[in-house]
Amino acid sequence: MLTAENISQILMSGLLMGLIYALIAAGLSLIFGLMDVVNFAHGEFLMTAMYATFGLVVVLSLDPLILSPIVAAIMFVVGAFCYRGIIVHAMRARTNVGMVQVFATFGLAIVIRGLAQFAFTPDYRSIPKSWLGGQTLSLFGVYMPAPQLAGALASLLAFGALWLLMKKTDFGRALEATREDAGAVGLVGIDRNRVFAMGWGLGAALVGLAGAILSIFYYIHPDVGGPFALIAYVTVALGGFGSVFGALAAGVIVGIVEAISATVLQPSMKAIGIYAVYLLVVFLRPRGLFGH
Amino acid sequence: MLEVQSLTTAYEGLVAISDISLSVGASEIVAVVGANGAGKSTLLKTIAGMERPASGRILFEGADIAGAPTHRVNMLGIALVPEGRRLFPRLAVRDNLRLGSYLHRRKSDREAPLEMVFNLFPRLAERLDQRAETLSGGEQQMLSIGRALMTRPRLLMLDEPSQGIMPKLVDEILDSVRTIREAGTTVLIVEQRLAETLEIADRAYVLQTGRVVMSGPAKEIAGNADVRRAYLGI
Repeated sequence: MLTAENISQILMSGLLMGLIYALIAAGLSLIFGLMDVVNFAHGEFLMTAMYATFGLVVVLSLDPLILSPIVAAIMFVVGAFCYRGIIVHAMRARTNVGMVQVFATFGLAIVIRGLAQFAFTPDYRSIPKSWLGGQTLSLFGVYMPAPQLAGALASLLAFGALWLLMKKTDFGRALEATREDAGAVGLVGIDRNRVFAMGWGLGAALVGLAGAILSIFYYIHPDVGGPFALIAYVTVALGGFGSVFGALAAGVIVGIVEAISATVLQPSMKAIGIYAVYLLVVFLRPRGLFGH
Repeated sequence: MLEVQSLTTAYEGLVAISDISLSVGASEIVAVVGANGAGKSTLLKTIAGMERPASGRILFEGADIAGAPTHRVNMLGIALVPEGRRLFPRLAVRDNLRLGSYLHRRKSDREAPLEMVFNLFPRLAERLDQRAETLSGGEQQMLSIGRALMTRPRLLMLDEPSQGIMPKLVDEILDSVRTIREAGTTVLIVEQRLAETLEIADRAYVLQTGRVVMSGPAKEIAGNADVRRAYLGI
């Protein structure tokens, strides 16, 4: 039965998960906008961040919430290293640059997954005890699981910080200029490889933050990134390729559509609603909701 | 200040400029003239680090910068106003100018060149909040020169600044080149417009199919009938 309370509960669950989807998609969108490279290892970055959180929880006995900025910082280094170590070489290809980039990031995904299976086994792990795990808040009769709420707030904070960075700082301006014409930023003394590396670092840090919070309420295993990455690709396409703030709106839409389809159809069919909306956008507005 | 020695650059096996040597002294305006396809743009792009030379040396204030990346060349004090302007189209005029002073952290290093740009091109000051892509061709050229000046170069290189611009604005832009030199910046300018360019230049090099075929004081080149006929097709 759909009652007003029911509906607000669905919308709230969808909104909270949607903001987390947006946070995951933000990094993907940032990197794509910056250099037209789709990072097919984005889900594996998420998985790496979840294992990093798990490891740090075990070693330092700190709460995942406290560790989340540290995990984001670690992922920044991982992302920048992936650019400097792999992507920069893939971009030097003389022919079929697009395909070379696809296989470089796709190969990276397989390597990271393989390493995780080797090092951590395919076993499912979970963080047994945390401040927020299992807690629920209630607002006017609408229930909000505390970890999801924390993820949603972290997402809004991250988007706010990203907005300040892009609009108010010299580096943000360099980032925007590189998106516009990467071949011209050298003319004003900006090293585009440095901007690209920072972009990969930032993108990985954003998904790292999401991973740290997801690890509170999700099982951690080598394949955990796949479904999230798929949702992130849809979110990026829906929001408009390369539009970071389009990803915010699109993430919320995806979250709410998912929550509605899980109720109206069946929980196992929740992906169908998302792809239906995606196809609709592709047919009616191929550049995405906020694409140029 | 700038000493180019036997510079050769090739695109995909085709030689674009061959064995070019030229020099630019401090506070000079040096022009490189020649017909379309003579290799003028390639010369400037190679100096600026946007193309890699096949051989030769490019000495700037004594240091060999041949093959250095564009951002490093700019850091050393050479700014290029490129062919096609290469502005950041969706960014505001203000942001395009600010990007020019990206490397300069001191407030005075940002404000002094901005004042000079506004004096040279007052219409830019009126359009600070407009996107660069909404400017007219001439205004975009002014912005591209302005952005280059914001990097505080000692050597300013201009690649066909008159291209695609109304005649009235061409004079304004070429006049600004004189003012820029008077302010102490050395200028290397590449142009198809022979007469106007030789008027503001001290010395000139004539390029034909990638080679220097003549050089000397701008006045002599301007008066040389052979140049006009044989190399420039006038």
